[in-house]
Amino acid sequence: MWDSQTILMIVEGTGATLYMTLVSTLIAYLLGLPVGILLVVSAPGGLKPMKALYKALDVVVNILRSIPFLILLMLIIPFTRFIVGRSYGATATIVPLAIAAAPFVARLVESSLLEVDHGVIEAAQSMGASPGTIIWKVLLAEARVSLIVGGTISLGTILGYSAMAGVVGGGGLGDIAIRYGYHRYQADIMIVTVILLVALVQILQMIGTKLSRKLDRRITG
Amino acid sequence: METVIQIQDVTKTFVGKDNRVEALKGISLEIHKGEIYGIIGMSGAGKSTLVRCLNFLERPTSGTVLIEGKDLSAMSDGELRRTRTQISMIFQHFNLLMQRTVIDNVCFPLEITKVPRKQALERARELLSIVGLSEKEQAYPAQLSGGQKQRVAIARALATNPKMLLCDEATSALDPTTTRAILALLKEINEKYGITVVIITHEMTVVQEICSHVAIIDEGELAETGTVTEVFQRPKSKAARKLVFQGEDAQPHMEMKGKRCIRIVFTSNSSFEPVIANMVLACKAPVNILLADTRDIGGVAHGQMILQLPEDNQTAENMIQYLKTRKLEVEELDHYVG
Repeated sequence: MWDSQTILMIVEGTGATLYMTLVSTLIAYLLGLPVGILLVVSAPGGLKPMKALYKALDVVVNILRSIPFLILLMLIIPFTRFIVGRSYGATATIVPLAIAAAPFVARLVESSLLEVDHGVIEAAQSMGASPGTIIWKVLLAEARVSLIVGGTISLGTILGYSAMAGVVGGGGLGDIAIRYGYHRYQADIMIVTVILLVALVQILQMIGTKLSRKLDRRITG
Repeated sequence: METVIQIQDVTKTFVGKDNRVEALKGISLEIHKGEIYGIIGMSGAGKSTLVRCLNFLERPTSGTVLIEGKDLSAMSDGELRRTRTQISMIFQHFNLLMQRTVIDNVCFPLEITKVPRKQALERARELLSIVGLSEKEQAYPAQLSGGQKQRVAIARALATNPKMLLCDEATSALDPTTTRAILALLKEINEKYGITVVIITHEMTVVQEICSHVAIIDEGELAETGTVTEVFQRPKSKAARKLVFQGEDAQPHMEMKGKRCIRIVFTSNSSFEPVIANMVLACKAPVNILLADTRDIGGVAHGQMILQLPEDNQTAENMIQYLKTRKLEVEELDHYVG
């Protein structure tokens, strides 16, 4: 039963999972990073407090975060069809994945930026730095280690979600696990896909940890 | 002399959910070019809020702040930022960028003012040699001691050639030896470059060591201002006395009630002259040293001492006379103790 076709399918599935995960994370960051920055900047006591904007973003992020992924996946099928042209397969799964992950990313970015010492921000203000300079050269630069750790967490989470999309034919390893392992009782395929998913998370985590260590200048000696 | 900082009737009220804190209750001050101006007060007196009003990190609730005659509240955001490049600030906790090297920290204000990288590096190297940290150029702040971090912060503060330097408890996180070295550096900078320095502190010793003028803040109000010599020798307000005689209302003085005490201020005596011992020998009566806070600065004794005199009035008078002939400031403390 481990013919070349099955092996090819699993290799392709791994590729599809990575593709979904990486592209969704990228899009989630394109959406979530600015929102996270805006949340910090507009918050009361932030660089440019804007109460209405902060409240609005806060509510939207909370609402999106509280919709379970599987529900969101089905809820936005018309939207997915509109963007990609169909509602199944790896590319189509990217749409709900990115939308589900963006608010999660926004919160991660927010908490990373909030870790930056207020005194350093004050110092930059006292030097006459503009809010833009402070965001770019103080907030993002000083929080970079925490942001990378957040990015690694996002990748792992999105990879997990991508497997969930297998329920509705989302493509990738999760899809294979459900179609062959679950519906056709092929336990060996199920086990292999699970091992591959675990390995992928491990590798992504390792890269993230290495990178953040390498970039952290706060560690002495 | 030219007034560089003028604050008029500045108040600052923080409004919380269910409380209002009046941090500053109408403070007016003038600081002149080239002065080292100390603003001293107990913690919570409002001095940190006051210094933040000088560069509008904190906007006063009312009152005006004039920097070189220009009203900060009338400025646009851009103008305010340009003015801030002329008013540098250093902090208690240094506030360096932890992910940048020492030299890149010093370059940071130059990036803000868009100085080309090559020029900025040159300037940064020059400044690091002034603060004595040339060999630490590529180090990260986490690898430096507190004193070294503050030196980097000072170099960073000087990068834009500011006219004023605000120091917010800049030595409070440092040990006494490092504190002296940092204060000496600030004094050198003040003398060499004519930068007006404003020092916020809760330690009288800091003010004594380098300030020319001092303002005492107490519970959001200005208690007293004057030259350091004036305020230190003849503190008028209660807050000033408390600071000058730091720790003075502590336990031991309770026992002195009713006895004659004097405070002596050393300003010009030789460190090598055993004044008190000579006085005891000359008057043939013991005295009780209740407080002694003196130090040797270049062979001259500086500081103060509080003595409990013998009960016999004549001997006490003789002692006071003796000290006066030795050109010491003598002040009776009867009204203060108890």
